[in-house]
Amino acid sequence: MKKVYGSAEEALDGLLFDGMLIAAGGFGLCGIPELLIDAIVKAGTRDLTVASNNAGVDGFGLGKLLDTRQIKKMMSSYVGENAEFMRQYLSGELELEFNPQGTLAERMRAGGCGIPGFYTKTGVGTVVAEGKEHHDFDGETYILERGIVADLSIVKAWKADDTGNLVFRKTARNFNPPAAMCGKICVAEVEEIVPRGQLDGDHIHLPGIYVHRLIQGDHEKRIEQRTVRKREEA
Amino acid sequence: MPWDRNQMAERAAQELEDGMYVNLGIGIPTLVANYVGDKDITLQSENGMLGMGPFPFEGDEDPDLINAGKQTITELNRTAYFDSAQSFGMIRGGKIAAAILGAMEVAENGDLANWMIPGKLVKGMGGAMDLVAGVGRVIVVMDHTNKHGESKVLKQCTLPLTGTGVVDRIITNLGVLDVVPGGLKIVECAPGVTEDDLRAATEATIV
Repeated sequence: MKKVYGSAEEALDGLLFDGMLIAAGGFGLCGIPELLIDAIVKAGTRDLTVASNNAGVDGFGLGKLLDTRQIKKMMSSYVGENAEFMRQYLSGELELEFNPQGTLAERMRAGGCGIPGFYTKTGVGTVVAEGKEHHDFDGETYILERGIVADLSIVKAWKADDTGNLVFRKTARNFNPPAAMCGKICVAEVEEIVPRGQLDGDHIHLPGIYVHRLIQGDHEKRIEQRTVRKREEA
Repeated sequence: MPWDRNQMAERAAQELEDGMYVNLGIGIPTLVANYVGDKDITLQSENGMLGMGPFPFEGDEDPDLINAGKQTITELNRTAYFDSAQSFGMIRGGKIAAAILGAMEVAENGDLANWMIPGKLVKGMGGAMDLVAGVGRVIVVMDHTNKHGESKVLKQCTLPLTGTGVVDRIITNLGVLDVVPGGLKIVECAPGVTEDDLRAATEATIV
């Protein structure tokens, strides 16, 4: 079992094709697979559909793939903070499928768990429910949402062992586990790969069964909204 | 004098009870955290955290530790982290006692619109649709009127909805209103605001 690759380009070799569906982890710019995104920009793969809560910001994260027009469609819950995204969407160059955030997360989780669809109250009576099957359970109305199975998942974790067991750090976990689970193939980038035996099996957040390829690299980890308080307020 | 942003947040904080797990939205709702006082409140951030702390001191910002508004924050000694699917599992599953959210429009039947203005502003619903569908109590905090002086408390929402019949209580700069059968009921007026002032600024039916 060889999961560790030398670079993002090597780890993605043979996995990319035009028109594919990619699930990406991250929330805002927190916990995004920035190295794998850069490698996809370099590979030039086109007509991508990307399932990701956000679309990065102008010039960083998935925003880079928008700048190069490699993305045909986004499946997201929130796209503020990205002028190029807004421009492409309003001009009709980019398709956008709005998903409530929890529905998107559950669609990924379900897809990875062999659950093709599930009912949720989220979005009932809104545009999100249009065209979807409605069903009443115990006097409440729910809509049917489909699980997502992606051609490729790209995720970011803090640490991994060489078998692909992943540990995340703080709120950088976010969409990474469900995104990883829903991919036919999952490539993870981490800050540190340690030999097997170095991670406590009780502290693994995502078992290596979900992770097929792995790279270690340096991350910029850009902060989107730097908010602080002054020390004297303590 | 109508309430200012901080006074609205202070009033909203009175809605919270000891032991509650609560989700605060972006904007004025975020300020509610400054007014919980001695109450034992656990704040949920839907990007995957229970037990959200205040903003970090300068120099202590951690790019791996942000709230749902993408702002840098801190953890507490009670903090727990989890992924987005579990986060919305607890929201959808009714485990969160209350959400305090901003709004563009609220209607007298409890309909809420707060995620887009067609043709103008496309931001997305984020977690708002899940929150209003799942949490125990939905409290809206917003200005009573828009910048043109038009009521945001309406008979019917005109913008795309976030949820139908989901709002329990509305706190504005002018006062507090509850969604009840047949319309809205005035609970409280801001200091110096009369019930007549409140009615005049409200398009919705007041019962």
